[in-house]
Amino acid sequence: MIDNLFNMLLLAKQEPLVESETVAEVVDVATEAVSSFSADSWANLGYLAAAILFILGIKGMTHPRTAVRGNMLGAVGMLVAVLVVLLSGNVVSWPVAFVAMLAGSAGGVWLANTVQMTQMPQLVALFNGFGGIASVLVAGAELIKVSNPGVAGVAAGLTGLIGSVTFTGSLIAAGKLQELPQFKKPWSFGGQQFVSLGLLLLGLLLSWMMADGTGVEFVFLVLASLVLGAMLVLPIGGADMPVVIALLNSYSGLAAAAAGFVISNNVLIIAGSLVGASGLILTQIMCKAMNRSLANVLFAKFEASGPVADADDVYAGKIKSTSADEVAMLLEGGQRVIFVPGYGLAVAQAQHAVRELADLLEASGVTVEYAIHPVAGRMPGHMNVLLAEADVPYDQLKEMDEINPTFSQCDVAIVIGANDVVNPVANTDPTSPIAGMPILEVSEARTVIMIKRSLSPGFAGIPNPLFAADNCLMLFGDGKKVLVDIVAAFKEA
Amino acid sequence: MDLITALTIFVLAVFVGIEIISKVPPTLHTPLMSGSNAISGITLVGALLAGGGFWAGFFGFLAIVFASLNVVGGFLVTHRMLAMFKKKK
Repeated sequence: MIDNLFNMLLLAKQEPLVESETVAEVVDVATEAVSSFSADSWANLGYLAAAILFILGIKGMTHPRTAVRGNMLGAVGMLVAVLVVLLSGNVVSWPVAFVAMLAGSAGGVWLANTVQMTQMPQLVALFNGFGGIASVLVAGAELIKVSNPGVAGVAAGLTGLIGSVTFTGSLIAAGKLQELPQFKKPWSFGGQQFVSLGLLLLGLLLSWMMADGTGVEFVFLVLASLVLGAMLVLPIGGADMPVVIALLNSYSGLAAAAAGFVISNNVLIIAGSLVGASGLILTQIMCKAMNRSLANVLFAKFEASGPVADADDVYAGKIKSTSADEVAMLLEGGQRVIFVPGYGLAVAQAQHAVRELADLLEASGVTVEYAIHPVAGRMPGHMNVLLAEADVPYDQLKEMDEINPTFSQCDVAIVIGANDVVNPVANTDPTSPIAGMPILEVSEARTVIMIKRSLSPGFAGIPNPLFAADNCLMLFGDGKKVLVDIVAAFKEA
Repeated sequence: MDLITALTIFVLAVFVGIEIISKVPPTLHTPLMSGSNAISGITLVGALLAGGGFWAGFFGFLAIVFASLNVVGGFLVTHRMLAMFKKKK
């Protein structure tokens, strides 16, 4: 089509239909424009197509019905972008590129297919880290080529900063999520915030110096940023992980965008900033769900401003423990049961057991629903993924705002491995560390069953008066085992 | 491409990103994260263009490996997750 247009323009130029200087001039300009379409322009058109596919893809990912298509559009966009590069004739070494792509893709296929759904948070973190370090390497390779980088040097510095922080931050987050013993305890020392701040300032200063920099600054910059990434994530505890994962997700996008500034490439800038924006939005949603600011999650310790109630005072003599048989009997008499899953469900891998119990209940005419707190688990949407793996229909998963008013019409609420997100102190005690955090109002239910290993506090480190409430029964034990026992008892009855 | 053009593109793209992700249901939080994470592997394009000389080539090689891991693994695992959401009924 473009060729036709081109020919027509040529014809028009040779035999102008209208004898007019201006027409000839316009035609001149147009002809020149099309014929001057360099390989670069074609490549940029290809990148534009890829960018549009990314935008449509991410948009699709925000609605359940279009999510699969959205993900595919994103993948097609990526394919287009890669093909454009391969066809552009600018690939330095084909064999190297080919071998590297093959190796990386094979690794990706293997990881994506072998990982269990319960390991999803750490896998997402790991992929984040890989994206971050790739951007750092791209910036490094470009710096070697250029002697006096100027603005591109500053961009390379920022890429090194953000990408390296993403890399070590994500690896440590993945280690924490995998529950590696080395990372089990949040780790920090006095004045850590100041060291981090110092490293950040050093990183920014070195980035600035990169304008006429050599490789030396870059090496120091990357080293400082790698340490900074570790410093930022090491002190963060499990319950804050959803925020951190979402934030690192955003960083990996920003690193790619910064790399786009280094090599003057539109598609890197556009795709990177889209991801950066989406990560930021998720981060914001997570922060809101905990009623804390981002700065508070990243830099502040989780501390009560007032005296923390003593656990013994709160629980003294008021804890009623129950048995699987008793719970089975309670469930039999119920009409509406709500499950409230937390991170403990993931740890105990109890999602299938929950599903089995839910099936039995439904078969005997009980309405079953699941109340999902936005920050339950260790990454945004963790509980949804986990329950989906056990084939729980997603219309049974209810968001907090939707289910909270209905707890009062619920016969039995079964809380599995959740604690802080159901702690009524958030509403009653303005000095508590979780004050103002929106919670699931399980105490409104006629009976609350808490399935828990012990009375130990949740991440916030405060006792939960719900345990001592009149309508609350404690069922101590491993989530999965306890649920299996309830299922057995229910079948017998 | 000069800095201002690049900056313009960057800022506008951030706005587009914020606009298109107005409301995400919690069910899709994880897939959105891992899918968009795969897109951040776009740095693969930059990695493929890197090279010239030993070190640049070496960095480029590693960058391609990491970025294609990110891209291929990210899209596949997102697909697997979404298929899981789909299969009932």
